[in-house]
Amino acid sequence: MAQQSGSRNPPVLQVDGLTRRFGGLTAVDRCSFHIDAGRITGIIGPNGAGKSTIFNIVAGALPPTGGRILFEGEDVTGFPAHVLFHRGIVRTFQIPHEFGRLTVLENLMTVPAAQPGERLWPVWLAPGAVARREREVRERAEETLEFLTLWELRDALAMNLSGGQKKLLELGRAMMAEPRLVLLDEPGAGVNPTLLVKLGDMIRRLNRERGYTIVIIEHDMDFIASLCERIIVLAEGAVLTEGTMTTVRRDARVIDAYLGGGEEEAVEPFPASVGRST
Amino acid sequence: MDQLYGIFLYAVFLLTMGGIYAVLALGLNIQWGFTGLFNAGVGGFFAIGAYVSAILTSAASARHLGGYDLPVPAGICAAMIASALVAWGIGRICIRLRSDYLAIATLGIAEILRLVLKNEIWATNGARGISRIPKPFEHVAEPWNQVGMLLLVFAIVLVLYVLLERARRSPWGRVMAAIRENEDAARAAGKDVERLRIEAFILGGALMGLGGALMAHHIKFIEPNVAEPVSATFLVWVMLVIGGSGNNRGAIFGAILVWTIWSATEILTTRLPSEWATKAAYLRIFLVGLALQIILQKFPEGIFRERRFQTSAASVHPPPFNRENTS
Ligand SMILES: Nc1ncnc2c1ncn2[C@@H]1O[C@H](COP(=O)(O)OP(=O)(O)OP(=O)(O)O)[C@@H](O)[C@H]1O
Ligand SMILES: [Mg+2]
Repeated sequence: MAQQSGSRNPPVLQVDGLTRRFGGLTAVDRCSFHIDAGRITGIIGPNGAGKSTIFNIVAGALPPTGGRILFEGEDVTGFPAHVLFHRGIVRTFQIPHEFGRLTVLENLMTVPAAQPGERLWPVWLAPGAVARREREVRERAEETLEFLTLWELRDALAMNLSGGQKKLLELGRAMMAEPRLVLLDEPGAGVNPTLLVKLGDMIRRLNRERGYTIVIIEHDMDFIASLCERIIVLAEGAVLTEGTMTTVRRDARVIDAYLGGGEEEAVEPFPASVGRST
Repeated sequence: MDQLYGIFLYAVFLLTMGGIYAVLALGLNIQWGFTGLFNAGVGGFFAIGAYVSAILTSAASARHLGGYDLPVPAGICAAMIASALVAWGIGRICIRLRSDYLAIATLGIAEILRLVLKNEIWATNGARGISRIPKPFEHVAEPWNQVGMLLLVFAIVLVLYVLLERARRSPWGRVMAAIRENEDAARAAGKDVERLRIEAFILGGALMGLGGALMAHHIKFIEPNVAEPVSATFLVWVMLVIGGSGNNRGAIFGAILVWTIWSATEILTTRLPSEWATKAAYLRIFLVGLALQIILQKFPEGIFRERRFQTSAASVHPPPFNRENTS
């Protein structure tokens, strides 16, 4: 696999011939692509194209049937999720995976690594060190809650949040880590339009200020066009094409994929993208 | 006066048993209440603790393994280590199972263990059990030996309560609850779910072994039916569910309450006409089940609910809006 980026930095993530079968169904089919460091890359594709499955494999939640994943130049194929987290791969889930009977604040405080209080001996024998780290973690969680406009809900049980609030909490958990690569699976789904604009700003800030490399799966074309220079289009488990939103949008194969390969009169596959500025 | 003294002794005995069950319920609370591990083999861990301590501390006997004559505290420590080791072994194999399968696996292992205890007569004296197990304070004069045992058990419960409550409120308790709530999200947050689950399983198992050992020394007699699913596992589960799963105080309170109800049903069933006598055991289970129903109607999450503590602590802080931004 050649690095398309040529003279730029080596890619953070390189996916080579990735394949995943579920019984007879091939959800990901010899899929290859790379992700550049320090950028926001978009992944789009019709329902069932294999987008979430790819995230699951890259983040270690699912083993691949075949293929290779290089993260920062190292082969990490098949590494378990918790190991990849400490390497710097952090992901959010398409369907929110909150810790339901923990408070919103606790949901965030659970995430950071290097918490001595997660071991029993320090809890019983060195409470001072535990409390010190706990204060740091709490402060960071409180800042994150403020950033996400969830401060008022800090003491609510996460199970009681609305769908959109749970999506924000997903993003918050990613922000509590020290990621080198953030995989966001439809962060905007179910979030109201006003908040969506804010969410876009947040993601851009995380990329600029903290230097996170971000990959976003989204169906909202406006949202993704506003965030990403480079977009990868998936269909039937493989990369169909990639490029900027303008080039991708005009690609006949893309339009075809979204329409299910029919020959009938071409309906605009990206209705949200035409002539709407906000 | 004599009657009062009898009632006093009975109350001491009742509370001691309640305290021992509280140890068991605290152990199950670590596994199920904190971490969400469905252990349906409480009786098995209990039996391991009881037999290990009994064999190590009893005088030599031709009927069973023994004659090591270790002091009681050493026997109790060995009991905890043995049941912790068994928990570790089971955890290594079964902890990945979904919770209903873990329940079946632990239930099966406890039953196998009970049959082993029944049939390996050379070591355990089979169904006749092990008797004349030494008891702490037994050389002290009459009421004080019983009171001493009660105080010992309560001291143990108190120490466990303080340690476990601190653990529950710590990041350790938080990460266990996170695993209970959503293991995939816990993995995605970098938590080694398997290792942490095994840790909770071992700690809970060790407490069940402790409970078993205390029971053996308290009753001075032990037989394979202590591992029986109804009197051991079922009762401890009822105690935890009634008291409030996830809440240490609930576990202790539930243990004492349910043990009192269980003992009361015994008094009741012994007054039944003799042709009912064979059914009495089932009637007791039925009555405890009824109590469970009634209490859960009123307290669906148990009498003491699980409380998230970050709550009050956080609201004491001012909101961080006016705090200077550090990032
Ligand atoms: N655990 C699983 N078991 C069986 N089939 C699965 C599993 N996960 C995904 N699939 C299948 O793999 C295919 C790809 O699913 P995936 O979730 O990756 O799609 P997606 O591109 O994320 O779609 P969407 O945009 O709707 O989220 C689908 O046909 C789905 O049914
Ligand atoms: Mg998806």
